[in-house]
This record gives sequence, structure tokens and C-alpha cells, in this order.
Amino acid sequence: MNKMDKALHELGEMDDLAAQDSPIHRLSPLAKLLTTIAYIVTVVSFHKYDLSGMAVMLLFPVLLFQISGIPVRTCFYKLRIVLPLVMAVGLFNPFYDRAPLLTVGSLPVSGGVVSMLSLMLKGVLCLMASFLLIATTPIDSLCAALRRLHLPSMLVTLLLLTYRYVGVMTEELAVMTEAYQLRAPGQKGVHVSAWGSFLGQLLLRSMDRAQELYNSMQLRGYHGHFHYAPGRPFGLRDALYTLGCCAAFLLLRFVNIAELLGRLVVR
Amino acid sequence: MIEFQHVSFSYEKDRPVIEDLSFRIERGESVGLIGANGAGKSTVMKLLLGLLSGEGKILVDGIEVNRASLSAVRRRLGFVLQNSDNQMFMPTVYEDMIFAPLNYGLSREEAERRVDAVLEQLGLQELKHRHNHRISGGEKRMAAIATILAMEPEVILMDEPSSALDPYNRRLVINTIRALPQTKLITSHDLDMILDTCRRVILLDRGRIVADGPADEILRNKELLEAHRMELPFCLAGR
Ligand SMILES: Nc1ncnc2c1ncn2[C@@H]1O[C@H](COP(=O)(O)OP(=O)(O)OP(=O)(O)O)[C@@H](O)[C@H]1O
Ligand SMILES: [Mg+2]
Repeated sequence: MNKMDKALHELGEMDDLAAQDSPIHRLSPLAKLLTTIAYIVTVVSFHKYDLSGMAVMLLFPVLLFQISGIPVRTCFYKLRIVLPLVMAVGLFNPFYDRAPLLTVGSLPVSGGVVSMLSLMLKGVLCLMASFLLIATTPIDSLCAALRRLHLPSMLVTLLLLTYRYVGVMTEELAVMTEAYQLRAPGQKGVHVSAWGSFLGQLLLRSMDRAQELYNSMQLRGYHGHFHYAPGRPFGLRDALYTLGCCAAFLLLRFVNIAELLGRLVVR
Repeated sequence: MIEFQHVSFSYEKDRPVIEDLSFRIERGESVGLIGANGAGKSTVMKLLLGLLSGEGKILVDGIEVNRASLSAVRRRLGFVLQNSDNQMFMPTVYEDMIFAPLNYGLSREEAERRVDAVLEQLGLQELKHRHNHRISGGEKRMAAIATILAMEPEVILMDEPSSALDPYNRRLVINTIRALPQTKLITSHDLDMILDTCRRVILLDRGRIVADGPADEILRNKELLEAHRMELPFCLAGR
């Protein structure tokens, strides 16, 4: 299989994941969206030295992975490109903040190292939560939920179409690389000298495709208003889930469970 | 139902693609629009749909095609694109089929009932929840036709409906087209299919009508077809 075909296949896999069935999949998209937002806000609000408090927040994604049956491996595999970027964010902290904050054994650890680790953890946690949201919710239902939160229709449509057009562009790229490779056997990738025309072609072709797709939408009565599949309605179960999760986040945010447990054990 | 009055069009200046085209199609007629590659068949369809606009007048059901009447006109026309990949933009066949009915104000239940009826009519029930990027070219074409039928248009326009189909699916499409009561305008290089589905044929060459009449006569006229870079249908070629 061609690299691009593989990318396409992966895109399709996200849809497949979202189409599976589990107690989490069965929740209303709105409930999942709200808890994900609450989760991200909570994680981000942790103090930069509060590594132990934040570590407990790992519980939420781990539980969700378990219940939804989505393999953790898939998550890290799909995020393999973004993860390093997120991890790189705090890389310079150790150079700025050298004051020792705590000691591990006899080794002093500076505040910069702790804040770097906590930034990395924040990034990974937020990514995992977002991944779980997308992997358990079809994009349409997610858009419907965003609309119910009164996000501008324009913005939501843009999100949906971007999600779709990524597929279209990848398809064009797949066709073009295949055509290229058939005429350049034994060559790895696309030769630098062809990059310019390759990119230009890709842009033109994608634009053509986008235009045709848009025409086809308009010919079928599209006037800038999408009818998103509403997904499951927001019921009692969803309310309980949302409230329960938010309460748990608050608890974990303001009560340092790890420290509490630690103290219990020490005593 | 459809009327072209002295329509001309060009993509680039001084290179007319359609020249002074005039014809009329009555309600319930099925017409084949034929011609060599580049004759302007797809362009005629796009003009009719208001995707392109040129000189002259185009009427659909008595309404002139222009900016203001666009949605009224398009509501009456169902267009099956030459390339099904451009037609199917939703993740699954079902979502694609339900797209137009929802846009036209049907409730989800009504729309779903309509979708199921069309799928049953075409024997495609098992495609319903398949992903568009995981089905074969032929299946996609059938699904694209189903998408248009779910709109319940008054006129069906098809650009090359039988390309990329295996003989079984081609026959299925032909039988489906024959059974449709709507007004039909079909372009194809598959003249056997045109012969099977259309009573009337319009022959285009370089944007002009060179013949317009009963399919039986035009498609049997070897000299006429060959003069315009075409060949007899296989079933009439005497092989
Ligand atoms: N976007 C465009 N820009 C410029 N010229 C175009 C464009 N699209 C089509 N043409 C030209 O217009 C002419 C008619 O094209 P059209 O697509 O209508 O032909 P067709 O009869 O549908 O051919 P085919 O049988 O290959 O589908 C061709 O000469 C083509 O090169
Ligand atoms: Mg064409």
C-alpha cells in the first residue's frame, strides 16, 4: 500500500472507531463535548508545580479507554506526529527556572524541570481527551452538539468541511503519488525537482474537487445550513455523567488525592 | 419541460464551446445527448443546472434559469455527475442519500423512509451503512444514482451513467432508468445504452446540434455518426 493510501485508510479508521458501540459511544455527544471541555479546563488550570495533583487526572482518560474499548495504542499511534510537538513546548523551562524545588533521594530537582514535566503532561492529557471525544463521536453529531452550544453555524460548517476535505486532498495526493511512482520506479518519495509542480498540481486538483463537491452540495439544496445527524438526545444518564465527571474533576482539582493517600500510607 | 433558446457559451474568449443551441424537451421524454469527447455534452448539463451561465435563454418548467430562480430550478433537477467521487461527500451512503431530502425540509423519519424505498427499488439495501471510500467504483455509481432518486426530481440528468460499471450493474442501471417515469436527459458514449433507454437522440459536434430525432434513426445512420467522430452501437454494427 502507498503511504497516502495508508493515510486515507487511517482517516477512515477514525470514522470506524466512532461508529463502534460502547457505553461511552452511546452517550449523548453534548455530554461528551461538555465533559471534555470541563476536563481540559481543569487540567490546564493546575499550577505548574502541581505535578502530583495533575497525575491523578490521568484516571479519566484511562477509564474512558477501558470502557469504550478503544485501544490506548491506537491513540498514541494516531497522535504520533502531534505528540512530540506538544511535548516540546516546555523544553526550555529548565533553563529559566533553576531554583531547586524538591529533592528526589539526594538529587535536587529544579522548578523548571517540574514545570516542564507538568506542561508535557498537560499536553498529553488534553490530547488524549480530545482523541477520545473524536474516537467515540461521529463528526456530524459532534457538530450538532457544537451548534447546540450556539457556536456560529459558519464556524461549525468550516470544521466539518475541513474534516471532509482533508480526506479529499489526501485522495488527490494518493492518486498523484501513485501516478508519479509508476513513472519513477525504484525511487523513494518524490524527487525535489518535482516538488514545485507537484504542489501546484495538488492545489489545483484539490480546488477543482472542492468546487465540484460544493456544486454537488448546492445542487442538492444546500444553502449554508447543514442538517447534522443529531446523535443521541441528552437524557438523564447524560446529565448524570456530565455532572458526575465535573464533580470528580473539581474534587481532583482542589483536593490533592495523591498527597492525601501518601500521607495515609506514611502514617 | 426543458427549453434552450439560442444558447452560446465559452470557457475562454474566442473559443466557443456551445454555439447557438436551441432545443426543447417535453415532460416525460427521455433524450440521449451524444457526441464525441469534448463536444460539449457536460457543458450543456452545467448550463441547464445554472452552474455555468452563457448567452441566450434556458427554461425549466417555464422558469428561466438565472440567479434568482436557481433554487426553484435546481429543486426540479437531479444530476448524476460524471465522477461519482465528487458526488458522494458524506461518510456513508445513507448520509449522502438523506442530505437532499433534509435540505428540502423533510423530517428525518420521512427522509429515511424515502431512502429505504429507493435502496429497495435498486436492490442496494446492503450498501446503506457502508463508507463511501470503501465501496467499489460501480457500487459508488449505483449509490450516486440512488442519492439523486431520493431527491424525487422531476427531471433526471445523467452524465455517463454506465461508465465504470460491470455488465450486471450496467444492465441494472439501464433497467432502472427505463423504469423511471421522470423526464430524462442522458449523455453517454455507450450508444447501446442510449438505444435501450432513450426514444430521442440529440447529436452534438463542437457545440452545435447536427442531428435531432428518433434514436432508432440516428443511431442506425452510419454515415452521420462517422462524420461526427462516432461509431454505430455494437448491437447494430452487425458483428
Ligand atoms: N473548465 C474548463 N475550462 C476550459 N475549457 C473547458 C473546461 N471544461 C471543458 N472545457 C472544454 O470545453 C469543451 C467541451 O467540454 P465538455 O466537458 O462539455 O465535453 P463533453 O462532451 O462532456 O466531453 P466528454 O465526452 O469527454 O465528457 C472541451 O473542448 C473542453 O476542453
Ligand atoms: Mg462530459
